[in-house]
Amino acid sequence: MAELLGSYLPIVIFILVALVVGLGLLVAPFMVAFKAPDDEKLSAYECGFNAFDDSRMRFDVRFYLVSILFIIFDLEVAFLFPWAATFGRLGWFGFWSMMVFLAVLTVGFVYEWKKGALEWE
Amino acid sequence: MLGLQALFFYIFAFVTIGSALMVVFLRNPVHSVLFLILAFVSGAGLFLLAGAEFLALILIVVYVGAVAILFLFVVMMLDIDIAQVRGRMLEYAPIGALVGLVLLAEIIIAVTGNYYDPGTPLVTSQPIPPLETVSNIQALGSVLYTRYVFFFQVSGMILLVAMIGAIVLTLRHREGIKRQSVSEQVSHTGKNSIEVRKVESGKGI
Repeated sequence: MAELLGSYLPIVIFILVALVVGLGLLVAPFMVAFKAPDDEKLSAYECGFNAFDDSRMRFDVRFYLVSILFIIFDLEVAFLFPWAATFGRLGWFGFWSMMVFLAVLTVGFVYEWKKGALEWE
Repeated sequence: MLGLQALFFYIFAFVTIGSALMVVFLRNPVHSVLFLILAFVSGAGLFLLAGAEFLALILIVVYVGAVAILFLFVVMMLDIDIAQVRGRMLEYAPIGALVGLVLLAEIIIAVTGNYYDPGTPLVTSQPIPPLETVSNIQALGSVLYTRYVFFFQVSGMILLVAMIGAIVLTLRHREGIKRQSVSEQVSHTGKNSIEVRKVESGKGI
């Protein structure tokens, strides 16, 4: 257990360094930089003309579809990792249970391909 | 070493609870999603401290890498007016409290009780084999595909239903879109792109 956690020490050090660098770059300008704000400097700048409308634009629903399909295949891959780690000891039953799982998801993949869900238009 | 482990446990636990509270109380939904990501990451840290290495990394890959991005898309899609959301928190508080109570009851039953199966407390008190002998990912793999094959196949079916459901609900093909046809462009030659005609003077074509 201690050995396992000890192997994550570099990540802890990495996070600490990232925190220090990030906070340093965030705080340093407040203390060092020369500030002389005025209205024109602080106003939104969009290629020389006034901003057309709110920056909170609505996203197309198709982004949502792409991201859901991504999550599904992400999970499929997540199921493959323990299978691969124990592959030698699983035997034929474990092998075929994964093949059936993949076949079921391949049916879905063929469906979305034929439907054109992967096309952007 | 144990003290250091406890220190990290308290750091992760407090960051998880704090950022979960921020998710609920922040006005800006985009900031809420960012704090949700922080909650996921520190939750992954807690998993890691419990020895569940694989689950910790899957939490980061799936939840931070995919689910949080999905939430961001949904937040952007909803087009929420921030000023409108402010007054409605109390309206939703009873529903949230109800869901929280149900979850709390489930946790209490699962951890303390033996309502389902007398063997349950034995399993929950020792969920995985000792880490010295077998790693977390191998412990999962050795039972998931053989002993719990039914649940494994059901999860595959659920993923299939989710895939088809998302396509049926959101996929709309637009009419009259001009698309690039690469084969047509490539097969285009100088010969079939211009037409030479003799035009007699004083007359049109």
